[in-house]
Amino acid sequence: MSDQALNRTKKRWHIAVFLAPAVIVYTAIMIIPLFSTLKQSLYIADGQNQVFAGIDNFRTLFGNPAWSDQFWNALKNNGWFFLIHMLVQNPIGVALAAILSHPGLRFSAFYRTAIFIPTILSFVIVGFAWKLILSPIWGIAPSMLDAVGLKSLFEPWLGKEEYALTTLALVSVWQFVGIPMMLIYAALLSIPDEVLEAAECDGIKGMSAFWKIKLPLILPSIGIISILTFVANFNAFDLIYAAQGALAGPDYSTDILGTFLYRTFFGFQLQLGDPYMGSAIATGMFGVILIGVCIYLFGIQTRLRRYQF
Amino acid sequence: MNKARRNWTNTIAAHAVLITYTLIALFPVFVILINSFKTRKAIFRQPLSLPDADSFSLIGYQTVIKQGDFLLYFQNSMIVTVVSLTLVLLFGAMAAFALAEYRFKGNTLMGLYLALGIMIPIRIGTVAILQMMVASGLVNTLTALILVYTAQGLPLAVFILSEFMRQVSDDLKNAGRIDGLSEYRIFFVLVLPLVRPAMATVAVFNMIPIWNDLWFPLILAPAEETKTLTLGSQVFIGQFVTDWNAVLSALSMAILPVLLLYIIFSRQLIRGITAGAVK
Repeated sequence: MSDQALNRTKKRWHIAVFLAPAVIVYTAIMIIPLFSTLKQSLYIADGQNQVFAGIDNFRTLFGNPAWSDQFWNALKNNGWFFLIHMLVQNPIGVALAAILSHPGLRFSAFYRTAIFIPTILSFVIVGFAWKLILSPIWGIAPSMLDAVGLKSLFEPWLGKEEYALTTLALVSVWQFVGIPMMLIYAALLSIPDEVLEAAECDGIKGMSAFWKIKLPLILPSIGIISILTFVANFNAFDLIYAAQGALAGPDYSTDILGTFLYRTFFGFQLQLGDPYMGSAIATGMFGVILIGVCIYLFGIQTRLRRYQF
Repeated sequence: MNKARRNWTNTIAAHAVLITYTLIALFPVFVILINSFKTRKAIFRQPLSLPDADSFSLIGYQTVIKQGDFLLYFQNSMIVTVVSLTLVLLFGAMAAFALAEYRFKGNTLMGLYLALGIMIPIRIGTVAILQMMVASGLVNTLTALILVYTAQGLPLAVFILSEFMRQVSDDLKNAGRIDGLSEYRIFFVLVLPLVRPAMATVAVFNMIPIWNDLWFPLILAPAEETKTLTLGSQVFIGQFVTDWNAVLSALSMAILPVLLLYIIFSRQLIRGITAGAVK
């Protein structure tokens, strides 16, 4: 008996060996920096040392107009960025997936592959490519609008404060539409034929089969896509930086939380980097993402009905 | 008859929508690629026509090759991506096996702890990551990037792989145990080959964000000799912004390797994303 117990405790060492590398790397590079960033938001620099300052940084961030205007501007822009993704990217993704999953559609593998291409490109490529295409100097966009008689609609969209953010959001939608399309496509394929055939016997087919049968069944996937979009959008940075630079021009009209954080903690041009204010902004981003994830986990996910086949 | 005709219109409508969207998706890439092979004059005169004998020119590519060290950037990106992916897969599979196979105290808690990183982006901790890398002298090394990407990829890898490891038959593992295989050999020899499709899925999910990342190379490794392809093309284009030939060629050189890899692996990639929905 004791021999077996000894044998067991000896044998259990391998669990630690299996877990150790992942847990060590994950804890050291992700969890500890995360918490020390949160902690650092409560400190300020005093010469070489850091001194505890309570919520002073947050008082500056929300109370001092020089900071709070930028923060709310970035948050508002970020919200609009997210809204466009939800209203444009996800419906287009669902619609494309619904068409692609139609049984007997020819070339569907080709369409899938081609529509996914923008997603594999880096933000740098996408940002510059669209910047060139929309540029009034090159004139691809105006001459294409001219061809359909809409030349008067052309504006240097990326250079105008009122359009720049929406334009970049749409560029990002263009890039990432492949992801909701693929995930919804997978969800639609996993609906068993029997369910659809049963519905057809009851006279539900075509568009009404989509609205009444398929859409309710893929709602959990749409929920997952929404929260993934939320987290990705609220820590976005690359596209804005590649297209508009760290100053998120024109006049900060495309500034989002990621670019604001970068400018603050890393410094840019004349502005010196401030890791303590940077940590405060990162803590703000953490709060926003946490609120979003909690709303999803406790408010939305529990209410979505899941069906097991 | 009527029904057949309606089906036909539906099919045409479906193809029309898909072709339109495919054109929207491919048009910018196409425009960049064709114009990178043209003279400066032709780029502005006929931006939408294919290069012909008159307008063909490689001047942009010559500038890029002379001025930028794209081979080095490409090599850096390759090293970072391949090493990070290997570590994510190896460490992730080991942890997933421990969580899926053994009952031990704190198993669920450990699973939740590792899953935390799926929802919380690693970028939030960048300030402290940079300070840590400065303190340990890892700034401007590829090691810093590899460590960060490994940590970033692990949560989702553990989550996906442990789902798959639970499906591996117990009889097989117990047969191995009776034959006297150690737990390590059971993992490496019996289990790992069976979860290869899931490993491919995880690799695909991690590969694109690592290759395309701009944030961490910009902050942790901006030195000339550690620039990744993404950062390298960003900086190069920023410097040569008025030289349209060079900019278009640099963009094309950044697009082509990814596009080539994608065309080779697109079937696996799409199968990976839609895994579990086989019909």
